[in-house]
Parts: sequence; structure tokens; C-alpha cells
Amino acid sequence: MRCLKILSGCCAILVAMPGGASAADAADVAAPLRTLRAVGNDGSNSEAAAAAWDALSQQPASQLPVMLRALDDAGPIAANWIRGAIDAVAAREIEQPGGLPIAELEAIVVDRTHQPRARRIAFEWLTRADTTAADRLVPNMLDDPGLEFRRDAVARILSSAEKIPADNPRDQRLALYRQALNGARDEDQIKTIAERLAGLGQTVDLAQHFGFLRDWQVIGPFDNADRQGFAAVFPPEEKIDLKATYAGKDPNRMVQWTELRSREEYGKVDLNPLYDNAKQAVAYAWTEFRSSSAQDLELRLSCKNAWKVWLNGELLFEREEYHRGTQFDQYQLKAHMRPGSNEILVKVCQNEETQPWTVEWQFQLRVCDALGTAVYSQPVTGDRNE
Amino acid sequence: MRYHHFSVKNWAVAGWQLGWVLALLLATTGADWQRFRGPNGSGIGSGAMDAPGKWTVADNLAWKVRLPGRGVSSPLIVKDYVVLTASSGYRQDQLHVLCFDRRTGKLAWERQFWATGRTMTYPTITTATPTGVSDGENLYLWFSSNDVFCLDLQGNVQWLRGLMLEYPNASNSLGLATSAVVANGTLVLQVENDSQSIALGLDAKRGSTLWKIDRPQKANWTTPLMLSDANDRDAVVMLQSSSEIAALEVATGKSLWRIERECSTIPSSVLADGLLLVPSNGLVAMRTQGTTRQPEVVWENNKLKPSTASPVVWQDRVYVISSGVLKCASCQTGEVIWQVRLKGDFSASPVIGGSYLYAFNDEGVGQVVQLGTDKGELITEENLEEIILATPALVDGEIYVRSDNSLWKISASPNAP
Repeated sequence: MRCLKILSGCCAILVAMPGGASAADAADVAAPLRTLRAVGNDGSNSEAAAAAWDALSQQPASQLPVMLRALDDAGPIAANWIRGAIDAVAAREIEQPGGLPIAELEAIVVDRTHQPRARRIAFEWLTRADTTAADRLVPNMLDDPGLEFRRDAVARILSSAEKIPADNPRDQRLALYRQALNGARDEDQIKTIAERLAGLGQTVDLAQHFGFLRDWQVIGPFDNADRQGFAAVFPPEEKIDLKATYAGKDPNRMVQWTELRSREEYGKVDLNPLYDNAKQAVAYAWTEFRSSSAQDLELRLSCKNAWKVWLNGELLFEREEYHRGTQFDQYQLKAHMRPGSNEILVKVCQNEETQPWTVEWQFQLRVCDALGTAVYSQPVTGDRNE
Repeated sequence: MRYHHFSVKNWAVAGWQLGWVLALLLATTGADWQRFRGPNGSGIGSGAMDAPGKWTVADNLAWKVRLPGRGVSSPLIVKDYVVLTASSGYRQDQLHVLCFDRRTGKLAWERQFWATGRTMTYPTITTATPTGVSDGENLYLWFSSNDVFCLDLQGNVQWLRGLMLEYPNASNSLGLATSAVVANGTLVLQVENDSQSIALGLDAKRGSTLWKIDRPQKANWTTPLMLSDANDRDAVVMLQSSSEIAALEVATGKSLWRIERECSTIPSSVLADGLLLVPSNGLVAMRTQGTTRQPEVVWENNKLKPSTASPVVWQDRVYVISSGVLKCASCQTGEVIWQVRLKGDFSASPVIGGSYLYAFNDEGVGQVVQLGTDKGELITEENLEEIILATPALVDGEIYVRSDNSLWKISASPNAP
């Protein structure tokens, strides 16, 4: 098999013409790319894929643009196969007299119709071959659909702002920080910008900026003894009736929905003050998001308790993990919003552990697009169920 | 004709002699360190030469290379190469496989991939925390994002998997740190976590799933241990988990035996001369009875509780680092014979070469303890001044150390060609 793979690769080299991609080259690339795109998540067809990878990895530099463009419609597994081959070709060819096809690589980088990951790989090899490329390209990437490009562009603006002498008019720095804030999507950069703006007298409402949902109806505690509450179906999972009361964890005590407005910087919904730091307990939080149109968005959740999230009655995801840590945008859930009202229900479970790091019973949830740009609920204008 | 009379016995003798010749050739051409903690996770250095007991960066650094990303995975030494994983990017979602020339430290090749699963980890570790494994021909690199890559020694991709695409809850918000083992054509992955807790056997040649079993639903960072030779047709692997130790047939995942007991979920077990040492209620020693029967408890000692680093056995003594104290105990009785205080906290496991135990603390101070009969003596302290959480590799008198930013080769003869 290995001999066949090597033979296949040698044939690919023999038919490759210097100076540009020939029709034979294109055929050589098309077939292995098709094979790699067909690889399943389960590892099936890997022998054929390895042979295709060999053939691709021995292509001339002139085929790099074709291989990069193939990333546009590749799934995550195929993309990794193709990327490996691109890197193998580029690493070899950058050392050769002809080098890399710089103009073609740059054309891919600046063409935003291509997938950001394809453009980024092109950028990384381009900047190795042409050390002036980053200075030429990055300043124009503040609104790029690629997060890494945006990050680079924001970093340059921040660097410029830091270099402005303190005795210069503050408006110069303010303008740069505002510009950076518009472009930034990574939390660390946004926090830095917010701190700098605060130092210049401008406050950024981070919860608003990120699109955290702050107004909730919550109900609990229900029982989570022996962690059975995660799988148990309590009444809010069957029907949302904000006026209803139910028997809770303590069967002698009825529980009811309560309004909770988070005033935390990151929209944290803290259940402990409301439910007296209960252990072995379940609570639900419900809210409404009014979408301007039918659109594919994301619900981004941070939670160190076991949780489930439903959108319009459909379970988006669930995770039974307690107190293993949390971070900004810990979970990214694809969410198809319908026009008008969309109901979001979050189930948050607290377990029995008593160590200091197991106290938290909370979550944060924001609505944004795939890039992380906040998307806001529309003001109420009519009936709730329009 | 004469060859007609060359009996089976003659062939057997010839084969045995040929085997020895090959073994000698291998011994003289350099040893490998093909997985986390080297030969079957023992932590015992291999090869003909001893590493230096007293060493300094000034005198013994053969080379040092800057890494393009972070990581806690250990280096693998396979033939003439040092192989390492790393991760980079704001989201630690750029996965690197790096292959260096063992002699010069020059980068032979690098492959990069995108993480297809979650990359969140505890801040001190990264997506590149599990150590890869090799069968001498191929490399199997596993990341905390549950991405697995099989490459040959030239960097050619053989297969790859993104396991979270199939098992979306098979992750740990603190990060996965278990390392894989490969035996008899099967790659064993112990993916134990609080949510979708599983173990998988993948076809090492093709990457397809041979078997999948459910595992205790609790986070676990220990690495499987081979109870048999890895090349045995009936190879058996042991999984140490929060609530049990279990022996599985590598080829099928079939359970051979299971002992319910609470075990540590960070330091891993070690097997030496038929004695299984499991971090559980301190340390428990069990005498194996073949691979298919449950081992029997010989002794337990709750004073021998390893903290994060795994125990190591050498010459009938077991060594554990417990709260910064290196303890030496008898393998026969579990009785502590001597102890010596080391400096700092240890995430990296110690390794032993010659009569020296090498331990690197989290702050990057390499410490060498001369292992004596009645006492241990700290003879070397050398500060590499970088965070070190990865267990070093130790072969042929060479120590390969991975810090958060760099890969170091320390050698008794750093200028050797």
C-alpha cells in the first residue's frame, strides 16, 4: 500500500509543470481532494485518505491556492487532512528557488468570500515568505470575518494607542480605543479596552456590550438528591406557566416563579442568594428573546454546574459536570431563532459537594452571532406570542 | 541434503541467537521513549548510558529550542527523532505536532491542525497535555480537544479523528490529561470525565473504532497500564479510575476482571516484577496472577500517598513524591525506608536512570537525588527558570525536558556528534 502511495505521489510530481497549474495538475489535485472530503468522522476510508494525502502533499507550490480554496466547503475532519497537506507542500516549497505563489496567496487572504481558516493559513505562509505582508494587510482587518485577523488588527490599534504620549489630547486615544472596541470580539481585548476607556472617563457596559441576557424568571429549588434531578423532569420542562406554583425540594413548601434582574458586570445569574445556598437542588431560569427575523445565532453559556438549555421547547444541549471550572463563552450552542418571541429555558443543577470551590450555583448566557457580536432582543411591540 | 536435517530445534536456537544479535544491535543504536513515562509507564530510563547525576545548564545543555505553543505533554524519543505536541492561539485551538532531530534539535517537520473539540482547560495546562505514543513506526498524538492524529515518522498523515464530533460530551472543563497506550495494533484511549465517560479502542492502522465501553462517570487523568507485553496477541490493559481498577482485553475491550476500590484520579499506577502499585488509599501493592485473574493485595500504606506525580519503582524500592517529600519504601512491605525533602511542588513525575532520580518542580528546578540503600541525597539543583509541568524523557544518558515554552536536551556528553 505504501509503495502505491509513493508511486501515486511520484506521478503527481512528474506531471506537475513549473510555473503554474496545468490541467493535469488540476486533475491530480481534484481527485485526492474529493477523497479527503469524503472521509467520515468515524475514521472510515482512512487508507484511501492517506494515499490522497500523500498525493496532495507532493504537489508543487502552484497548487497551494487550489488546496486552500478546497477548505471553503470542507468539514472539520477533511479540513484537517487538507491543512496537513498544505503545510507539507508549503514547508517544502518555501525553501525552493521558486518559493511560494505570493500573489495568489495574498489574493486568497484579502478575498473575504473564502473561509477565514483558509485565508489564515494563506496569511501565515504569506507572511513567512513576505515579511512586509502583515503591515500591508492587517490594518484593514478590523472588521474581518476571521477572529484571528480581527485580533491582530485590534492589537495593532491598542499598540498605537499606548504609544500616544499622555499629554496629547485624550480624544486621540479615545478614538482609537473606540475603534478597537468596535472591532474586538475576544474577551481579553475587550476587557483591556474597557479598562483604558474607563481611565479616560468613558464607561463600557460590558454586559450590554456582550449581549448577556439579564432579565429572567427563575423558579426552584427542586430536588437533586443523589444527582437525580439532572435527569428528572420537573414541571417547568413540561410547560412554562409563570403563575403556577409547584411542590419543590421541600414537599411542604411550594415554589413559584420570581423575577431576577442581574446587575453583575457579565450578567451573572446567581441562584445562591435567592435559594439560600441550597445544595442538591435544581432551579430553572426562563426568558424571552425577541428576534427581528428568522436567523441562525448562538447562545453562549458559562456554567460550572450541570445544565440543560432549551430554545422554544427544543433541547439544545445538556451537560452533567459539576464544578470543573467555567470561563467566558464556555459553551457555544447553535440556535435558530424564529421571528418574534423565542423562549429560552435554562436548568441549573447544584450537587452535594461542600468544598469551597463547589459553592457557586450560577450561569451567564448571551446571544450573539457566530463571530461573537452581540445580538439584542427587540423591544416588545405586540402580543407575546406573535 | 544437509538442510533437510536442520531440525525445528536448530531453527529455534538460530532464531534465539538472531534475536540476541538484533537486541544487541538495538541496544547499541539507541533506545526509545515511546510513551508517557517511557517503557510501560515505568519512568525508568532506557539505553546503555547513564544520564549525569550532577549537571548544569552551562555544562550539560546539548540544545534548547523555543516551542511555537504551550503544552504539558512529554517528549517522545523514537529512533532519531524527538516528537512533541503543543497548542497555540488565543483559544489554544491550534494543534502542533513537532518533530526534531534528536542530535541537533533542528526541526525536522511540523504539522498543524485545528481542534475540532472543546479546548477549555485549567489555566496551567493546555490542549496539548496528553502525551503521544508510538509503536516505533507511527506516532499517535492525542489532544485534550479529543482530536487524535496518526502520523508516520516523516510526518505523513495516516489517519485522524475528532472524537467530540461523535461524543460531544466526552470532555472535561479542566482538560483531559490522560495519555494513550498502543498495544498489538490497538490504540487505547481512556476518556473518563463527569459526563460522557468512555474508553475506546481504535484500529492503530486505520483509526476506526474497534470497541467502545462506558466508564465511571467521574473525571480522571490517569494513564492506562499494560499488564502484558504490548505485542502479545492477548494483550491486557489496566484502567485505573475513581471507583475501580479494571483489566480489559486490548483487542476487544472485554472486561477480564474488576476491583472496586477508590483510586486516585491523577497519579497513575506502575507495574514492576509482577507487583502492581496503585495510588489508592495512599499506595496499595498487589501481586499479579497472570493477566486474567485479579491481583491480590500485598500491603497498603496511607503514608505513601503520591500527590500529582506518579510513583516509580527501581530495584525493589518504590518512590513517591508526597507533598514535596520524596519517600522511598520497600516493595515487599511498603515500609518507608528513608525520605528526603525536595523543593517546590511537582506536577511532572520523576524518572530514574542509573542510581539517580530526576525530579523537576513546577518552577523549573531540576533536582537529582542519589538513591542510596539507607538514604537519599539531593546532589543537584539546577533552575531552568521556566515552568515545567511535563514529565521528562530519559534515554541513553540524555534527559529531554519540556518546559512551557521550550524543549531542552541535557546530556552527559552534550557535544557528542
